[in-house]
Amino acid sequence: MKNKSQTLLLMALPGILYFLIFHYIPMIGIVLSFKKFHPALGILGSPWIGMKNFEFILRSGALGRVTINTILYNIIFFLTNDVLAVFLAIFIADMAKRSIQKFYQSILFLPYFLSFVVLGVFAYNLMNYEYGVINTLLQSLGMHPVDFYNTKGLWYFILPLFNIWKYVGYSSIIYMAAIVGIEQEQFEAARIDGATKWQTVKSIVIPAVIPTFVVLLLFRVGQMMRGQFDLFYNLVGNNSPLYDTTDVVDTFVFRALVNNFDIGIATATGFYQSVFGLFLVLGVNALVRAINKENSLF
Amino acid sequence: MMLSTKTGMSDFIYKLTSYVVVTAVALLCLLPVILVFSASFSSEESIYQYGYTLFPKSFSLEAYRIVFESPQALLGAYGVTLIVTGVGTLLGLLITSLLAYVIWRKDFPYRNHLAFFIYFTSIFSGGLVPLYIWIVRYLEIKDTLWALILPNLTNAWNILIFRSFLNATPASLVEAAKIDGAGDFTIYRRVILPVAIPGLAVVGMFQALYYWNDWYLAKLYIDSEHLYPLQFFLYRILNNLQAMQEAIASAGIPIPDMPSQSLKMAMTMLVATPVFFLFPFVQRFLVKGITVGSVKG
Repeated sequence: MKNKSQTLLLMALPGILYFLIFHYIPMIGIVLSFKKFHPALGILGSPWIGMKNFEFILRSGALGRVTINTILYNIIFFLTNDVLAVFLAIFIADMAKRSIQKFYQSILFLPYFLSFVVLGVFAYNLMNYEYGVINTLLQSLGMHPVDFYNTKGLWYFILPLFNIWKYVGYSSIIYMAAIVGIEQEQFEAARIDGATKWQTVKSIVIPAVIPTFVVLLLFRVGQMMRGQFDLFYNLVGNNSPLYDTTDVVDTFVFRALVNNFDIGIATATGFYQSVFGLFLVLGVNALVRAINKENSLF
Repeated sequence: MMLSTKTGMSDFIYKLTSYVVVTAVALLCLLPVILVFSASFSSEESIYQYGYTLFPKSFSLEAYRIVFESPQALLGAYGVTLIVTGVGTLLGLLITSLLAYVIWRKDFPYRNHLAFFIYFTSIFSGGLVPLYIWIVRYLEIKDTLWALILPNLTNAWNILIFRSFLNATPASLVEAAKIDGAGDFTIYRRVILPVAIPGLAVVGMFQALYYWNDWYLAKLYIDSEHLYPLQFFLYRILNNLQAMQEAIASAGIPIPDMPSQSLKMAMTMLVATPVFFLFPFVQRFLVKGITVGSVKG
């Protein structure tokens, strides 16, 4: 029996090594949350300083700000993107020709393939103060240009819009899969009963999509402490006037590391994020388990 | 038809609404692409005067001419990205398929332990800094191509997707091969891989897209210009005029004379073009993967 699984174990070895080297061993570095890092002394040699790093991020107000922003954006992103995706999926699934469906699906899916750096260029092209398309348009209408990159309140709208642009096609594919799974007899029956399209959507299609919506929502709640780093960093970057409304945990940690080389602060914030995130996942899973055992992840 | 005209009217409005909404969103998805395309063909003077516009106010090939006269840096970045994408995707597929195969084998005694070992990394991590210090100080792969390839070779999601493709393979295939005296590795190579080609394609496409679009690992770990991958090359140009001048060094244009606004747009088009051409052929694999993934939850 032992011999039998030896080959399999050997085959899994490269993958096991990968996860050990790039995921498990680095976890040891979490101890830096409680240390003052000296490059010369290394991770284990650096002196302990207790909870000082955590006290600092708590007192500076940074922790509260980035936590609220991260959670708030995740909620806005999910609601705006997924509700729109549901309707796009419903509308596209209903289109008569397969070729037309494909055509629209492809266009909506295209942005998913473009990098966030390219997305940053698109944003610059649209919103640049001097040359941006939106300001060009506003000025030609005799209106004042908008200084997007210095107006922090606007970013509660700008970021969700670019998030939709990037992901709505992707999400609508998921909902399409749920709609395609509906039995044709149900539509047939509704048609014979003389139901309008709107009624069919309301009483057959939307109820069929809701389970998928809820599963994705729960998944997202579990991921709520993680930000869309690429999105935020390529749109906002190191533009400090916008930090109040755009700084999320991931961008904060990144800047603490790359700009300030504040190893203790960055590690402590990352650790807080991981632990908070883990509790969210466990919480969601316990909730799902309580409602319906089969849908729980573990 | 007796079905009242009221239903007919209502359905007509439904159809109209659906086409209007979907077409509007589709246009918004294309709009930025068109705008950047147009800006890349605009003369620098017209951009200074009128800003970026939907159609070039005055058509110019100047930006492209400059890039094509001095393409070394751009081509170098293409080379780096091709190598990273190729090597990363192949290595990633090897590791992903092996792990997925092992946890798919019902007779592997540690399959649940192994599955948890993989899954746990998706719900808990040490965070950015511990990994960064580990890579820079201990693994010492900073400023090498390995730093762009190794950190994200695979993940729990890819392994899950590949395994769900294996789930569609009858376990009897394995039994039959065993009776013929095939070893576990032979079964993987001769029986499983050929059947799992669609799964390899799907996971491979996701992985290739990730590598092709990655700029983040370069931002963290790469210092040498000749190791810049495509997206990071573009990122630097956008944020730094100095970097733009270096990118077109052999053209020898001083910074104040560079048509920097149209150059940014032309560079973006040149970086994004392969995606536009490959996207139609690649997308069905991703659609398949998303659909499989959504069923698995």
